[in-house]
Order: sequence, then structure tokens, then C-alpha cells
Amino acid sequence: MGAFIALVKREILSFFLTPLALVFCVIFLLLSNSFVFYLGDLYEIGQASMQSYFRLLPWVCLLLIPALTMRSWSEEFSSGTMEFLDALPFPVWQLVLAKFIALCSVGFCALALSLPLWVSLSWLGMPDHGTIMLGYFGSAMMIASMIAIGLCLSTISENQLIVYIVTSLVLLICLLAGYPLALNPIREIFSQTFVDLVSSLSLLSHLQSITRGILEMRDVLFYAISSAFWLIANCIVLKAKKSKV
Amino acid sequence: MIQAQRLNKKFAAIDAVRDFSFNVEKGEIVALLGPNGAGKTTCMRMLTGYLKPDRGMAQIAGFDCSKQPILAKRQLGYLAEHAPIYKEQSVLNFLTFVARARGFSKAKANSAVDEIFQSLNLDSITFQPIHTLSKGSMRRVALAAAVLHRPPALLLDEPTDGLDPIQKVVVRKLILDLSKNSAIIMSTHQIDEALSLCQRTIIMAKGTKLRDQATDDLLMQSKYHNAVSFVAKESIAARAALDGLSGITGFEQNALDGRLYVFVQGNKPQNQMIAEKLTQKNVPFTDIRLEYGRLDEIFSKIVIEAC
Repeated sequence: MGAFIALVKREILSFFLTPLALVFCVIFLLLSNSFVFYLGDLYEIGQASMQSYFRLLPWVCLLLIPALTMRSWSEEFSSGTMEFLDALPFPVWQLVLAKFIALCSVGFCALALSLPLWVSLSWLGMPDHGTIMLGYFGSAMMIASMIAIGLCLSTISENQLIVYIVTSLVLLICLLAGYPLALNPIREIFSQTFVDLVSSLSLLSHLQSITRGILEMRDVLFYAISSAFWLIANCIVLKAKKSKV
Repeated sequence: MIQAQRLNKKFAAIDAVRDFSFNVEKGEIVALLGPNGAGKTTCMRMLTGYLKPDRGMAQIAGFDCSKQPILAKRQLGYLAEHAPIYKEQSVLNFLTFVARARGFSKAKANSAVDEIFQSLNLDSITFQPIHTLSKGSMRRVALAAAVLHRPPALLLDEPTDGLDPIQKVVVRKLILDLSKNSAIIMSTHQIDEALSLCQRTIIMAKGTKLRDQATDDLLMQSKYHNAVSFVAKESIAARAALDGLSGITGFEQNALDGRLYVFVQGNKPQNQMIAEKLTQKNVPFTDIRLEYGRLDEIFSKIVIEAC
């Protein structure tokens, strides 16, 4: 266990010893807040609510999560450190999990930077704290799922630009799957059961129901299973890729 | 301790390694020599479990590198080609991480790190971030990471590449010290290193093992084995003095340092006889010596014949 903790610590330090975590958090904060104030019309709504923040957060994540995850495996392979890491006595699942925990710590830090907004709303009005707490919980779960997807996809190429583009595309599909804009054309061709199935696989629709203040086990399970699926896929892809180096 | 049985690895249609077998025991240092693209690194990667062989088996301390990779890796230290390491940390933090990752307790990790700092003279760069180090220092840090747990099996890919002569001496001393309790395979392009450190040499080319012999036995196959060499200002006079003597089969002069090599018949050392003859004929000479053989010459001969 001590060895695994050392590995997680090293992975976290790899973000915080370089400007990477700082740059990510600052841009995340700037983007999410400007989205809330300019696109979300926080003042015009006239309600002490963080709905607009949680509504726009997935689109900020769509831009920034691929930038955070793109280097994870890609850089290990391109710099050759994968060979060093592989020589240490860690099973592949521990290597993947350590990176996932480190990435989540950066993602959650960035999310936590919006807490002053909650404090400000509490000072200005009477927000529903339970709903906001659930919103943060749902957002954290969505960020974790997005990170798991990005982490897995960072194995596809040593070129980080390719990884960024592919990850963004996959995340866009995962988000749009629950968006009426994407569901309407599908509805015209396929049955409602299929539309419901596509919608149920969307990262967006599950977040929406949590941020409305309704915590359903299926939403929590969806994010947990989705993260686990991509992490397992990551282990499989990593093993397969290693044997082809 | 380190065992390879008929290892095979193909990349697309290219045979990177073909039917490669050997066994290295504790206390042995074995040189893995080969031209670029011979398959040395592929072979090393199969032994670390990084690559899965298409056929054959690699074992470290009795553990199958493909089927029991974690157990095998616990017994193994590996310095990869180009010494890849994480560069954002300080030397101390990086090596402490490696020790902890190897399962050492905090106290044990600290003492292992202290020990390796002394062995490789790393004290002056303890707190320096790795990305600010010179190439040689970076390689020493990578070597420290590979050996700090004193593994019973050690694979070193070009361990002294990029080191200055003083650092090379320090690293070679450490390798010799480690060999008392470890089996070591060392891939190198530096023939003098193989000669000075390795009791056994494996020569490979195009993925195939060409020779696996004691380094001394290989030297005996060199045309320079038992030749007598010396430096003479008047090399023509020296040749004339020795020409026609029984047992002398030929001469060769090194174009770089002017050293004259005299080839003799049989295994009897003839340096005494040649020195006497030159003195008799009043030919001045210095630094006369009996040659053991040249590994670079026998290496080139074996590789060229095979390719």
C-alpha cells in the first residue's frame, strides 16, 4: 500500500511541481466564471442559484479536460518513461488508478475554486444549499468520468495534439447524446426505446437530473460504471500497446 | 538468475530477436555486444517484461517475466536505453520515490538513498531538479534508481554512455561491487568496458546470438592474441631487424599511434626474444608488450562474417 501511495503522490506532484495544475485551474476558473456571468446571465435571473454554473460546466470541461489528460500516457510513451515506470513492481491497474486519482485531484481543485461563488450567493440571497451540494457532487462525478475517458484515450498516440482532438470529439459525443439537438434527428429515425438508451448514456442528462436536486442511484451508478469501464479499458489498451512498442 | 529460453520477437515482418537463449548466474557480468539494430534492447525489454515474447520464455530469479511480472520485477533492476526518468522532481525526491515504490519503509528508503548517493557521488546534486542536470548526471541518477534496492538481477543498457572519464570509473566500480551479489547483463558499444568488466561476452547481430563465450576465450581468437607490439621511431629498421626470423608471420603498423605489431606463430610469448633482437640490432624501441587480443577486431570479424 505504501508503494501505491508513493506512486499516487508522485503523479500528483507531477502536476503541482510544474505550472500545469496552476494554469489549468486558473483557466478553468476564468472560463467557468465568465460563462456563468456572460452566458448564464447570473444577475438577470434574479435567483440565488448556481444552476447556470452547473449547466455550463460540462462545456468548460469539454474544452479543458482533454488538455489535462492528453499528456498522461502519451508523454510516458514519447519520453520513454513508460519503460522506467513499467520496470517498477506495480500491476497495470495501479499505474492507471494512480494517474486517475492525480488527474481527479487537479480537476476537483479546479471545481473547488468556484466555491467563492457559492459563498457570494449565500451572502446575496438564500440559495438552496442542498441543491448546490448535489450539483458539486454530480459535477465531480462527471469530471471523474470525463477524466477516465481522456486518460484511456491518451494511450492512442504519442502525439498530444491528436490525443486532444480525439478526446474532445469523444467527450462531445458523450455530452451531445443527451442534448435535444442531437436526440431529435435520432428520434425521427429510431424508436423511443433507442432514443432513451442513447440519452441514458449521456454525461449531460445524468448531471442535469442531479443538479436539479434529485439524487437518484441510477445517476450515481452511471458515472461510477462509466468511470470504471474506461479505466478497465485503459488497462487493457495499455497492456496491448506495451507489447507492440 | 537471469534466464532466456529461445526468445523470439517479431515487429511486423522483421525478426527482432530469434531463438535467443542464455543463462547468467549470480556473480557474473555478461556483456551484450552487437551493432545497432542487433536486437539488444528488444532482448532487454523482454527480460524486464516490457515486451512480451512471441515465443520462448524469460525468467528472473525463477519467475517468468510474462506470467509473474511483479515477482520478477521485484528481483530486477533495469537501466533503460537513454535512461528515461521523471525530470520535474529533485534527485532526492525522485530516488526516495523509487525506494518507496520498491516497497521500502520510510527509514529503509532514506538509508538506501543515502547509500546510493555515496556510491555514485551524487551529494552535490541532492536537491537539484533533475531537468537541470547534465546528461551524465542524469544517467547516474537513472542508474541509482535501477540499483538502489540492490537487486539480484540487473540489466544495464549502455550504463556509461555520456559519462565523463571520472564518472565512468565511479560507475564501473559500482557495477563491480554489485556483481558480488547480482547477475548483471550489460549492453554496450564500448569494447573497453566489456573487456574491463565482463567475464563473458554475448555477441549478437540481426536478432541472433552469434557467440556466447568467456571474454578471454574470445580474445584468444583475435589475430592480435600473443602478438608483440612496441613503439619504434625507426619502424622500417625495426621491421628489417625482425624480418626473416623464424616464428614471425607478419607485421602491422597502427596508422594512428605508429605502434608496430609483430605477429608470431604458436602460443609461446615472444616479447622477450623480440626485445633482445631489437637491442642486438641497435634499434631503439619503447613500451614493448604482449597483446592479449583485441575484442573490437574479433567483434567486427564475427559480425561481418554473419551479416
